[in-house]
Amino acid sequence: MTTAARPLTRHRPLSERIIEVLLFLSAAVGVVTTLGIVAVLVFETLDFFVVVSPIDFFTGTFWSASILPRAWGVLALVSGTVLVAAIALVIAVPLGLLAAVFLADYASPRVRTVVKPILETIAGIPTIVLGFFAVNFISPQLLIPLLGRNNIGGFSALAGGIVVGLLITPLIASISEDSMRAVPRGMREGAYAMGATRFEVVRKVVFPAAISGIMASIILAMSRAIGETMAVLLAVGAKPQFTIDPTESVQTMTAFIAAISLGETAQGSIEFKSLFAVGLTLFGMTLVLNLISGWVVRKYRTAY
Amino acid sequence: MNTQLSEAPVREAATNGPGPAIRLATLPAGGAAPTVDAAPEYVVELRDVSCYYGAFRAVRNVDIKVAKNAITALIGPSGCGKSTLLRTINRMNDLVPSYRSEGQIMLDGQDLFAKEVDPVAVRRRVGMVFQKPNPFPKTIWENVAFGPKVNGYKGNLNELVETSLRRAALWDDVKDKLKQSGMSLSGGQQQRLCIARTIAVNPEVILMDEPCSALDPRSTLQIEELMAELKREYTIVIVTHNMQQAARASDTTVFMTMGEDRAGFVVEQGPTAQIFTNPRNQLTEDYVSGRFG
Ligand SMILES: Nc1ncnc2c1ncn2[C@@H]1O[C@H](COP(=O)(O)OP(=O)(O)OP(=O)(O)O)[C@@H](O)[C@H]1O
Ligand SMILES: [Mg+2]
Repeated sequence: MTTAARPLTRHRPLSERIIEVLLFLSAAVGVVTTLGIVAVLVFETLDFFVVVSPIDFFTGTFWSASILPRAWGVLALVSGTVLVAAIALVIAVPLGLLAAVFLADYASPRVRTVVKPILETIAGIPTIVLGFFAVNFISPQLLIPLLGRNNIGGFSALAGGIVVGLLITPLIASISEDSMRAVPRGMREGAYAMGATRFEVVRKVVFPAAISGIMASIILAMSRAIGETMAVLLAVGAKPQFTIDPTESVQTMTAFIAAISLGETAQGSIEFKSLFAVGLTLFGMTLVLNLISGWVVRKYRTAY
Repeated sequence: MNTQLSEAPVREAATNGPGPAIRLATLPAGGAAPTVDAAPEYVVELRDVSCYYGAFRAVRNVDIKVAKNAITALIGPSGCGKSTLLRTINRMNDLVPSYRSEGQIMLDGQDLFAKEVDPVAVRRRVGMVFQKPNPFPKTIWENVAFGPKVNGYKGNLNELVETSLRRAALWDDVKDKLKQSGMSLSGGQQQRLCIARTIAVNPEVILMDEPCSALDPRSTLQIEELMAELKREYTIVIVTHNMQQAARASDTTVFMTMGEDRAGFVVEQGPTAQIFTNPRNQLTEDYVSGRFG
């Protein structure tokens, strides 16, 4: 038999085609859902902007959704969110990076296999528990004795920032450690062979080579901190205000959404609609962070 | 020259002058140069060295003398412990948690295994070039300047980078692109960059672990020519699987093999010509003639 007898035309069995359709459909579900959510957010937000001017919304610094006179300056909520996230990062970045360096280059294999899972367990603690921990331990046992009752209350951006910081530390540590460990051993050895100390190897070779993963981990952690709800709902109070004072009680965007959604807000009311405007703003912020993160990874990636 | 190997004063190793130029000056001047029949001067001496990974003995009771300003080739079948031995000389294997060694390695009369010796200081005097070129993901300039910087070099870095690249026969290839990544170079160029980087620290001994095994024949020849050039100022120990390379490029050859227990040991060492043409041991003869048994 000659090979010419075998047809060169396309022939695919039915099962192949069914699988393809199924795969396409499941991918489509994700895309459609996301688009649906964005569509609803945008639609309701536009409805909200019929009543409240977008300029007032995006530039105003007073927020009062339920108590008259009402005010719709989202910056009050944005500042609460940013303040808590900033405090969280101030705690989590150094802590997470030190942990990553320790695990990647200092810890013995035995220590690493014990410590890493423990660290990752912290990330798995239900955030409501962390919020509870903030209210019942961090504020009364730590912050108030340290700063004085007159200077800080039971609810503060600081308390919220600390627990969110604890929450995102493992995220930074884990992703950064992965990218530090991905730096080839040969590269480390090259530096050691020239008489670099361990710390010099970490600082001058491993860290720069892993920088894209490290930055990505920080941005991811930032976006996680901004989106965090339950811990801050309990810890920071419910006082929307435009401030950078960490000892103040504030309200974050997520906490506002949770509080209003849980309350008895009538559907179709202006408060209800404001949820979507705040939600869309939040969505926009995290979207921008994710885009930056993707860009950073591409820009700084080192090919080994 | 007689730099301490203990912690404190090591930094002066690199600070005492404009790098390689000084070394030239410290070499014996014309009249004092060793003549053919004078006993060769040994820079490194391994005395009864054994190496262990945990309970496994990878190398046993090795005695090797490494002559100054010469190329010593280490040959032997795969797994006989050549790399292990090489990485013991610059205490690189201290980084392997299960690793341990016994015996003595004398460098200029100091025992590298002595308690007070700092491995970091050892590596500043005993450089290493690896099998796979491993430039840092930094610019070519930064790659060469790295070693001197961590060694606290105080002189003119630009000059040192240039001299080192010239010595590694790479200057003409890269002089217009010092700001490009070291990883953008070809394999052979990367390996010469790694040699330049090693020279920049101005070591006394350069260890090379199969430095050409990832390179094409032309780059290999370039590296061999370079080694012949470099031995005038440095002492070189090279591990190679390439018999022609060992025969061509080295002055002394050490043949190792391993026993039943997989522990490597030295069978025979001597002038390269003798090892290849007139070995004393049957094992050596079989190995160098390709009848590997
Ligand atoms: N990090 C390590 N941990 C445990 N055993 C090791 C380690 N490195 C090497 N060995 C073992 O030590 C022995 C010698 O290995 P080594 O790499 O020194 O051989 P080699 O002569 O360089 O071989 P090759 O020619 O293949 O490079 C081998 O049996 C190897 O399995
Ligand atoms: Mg080897």
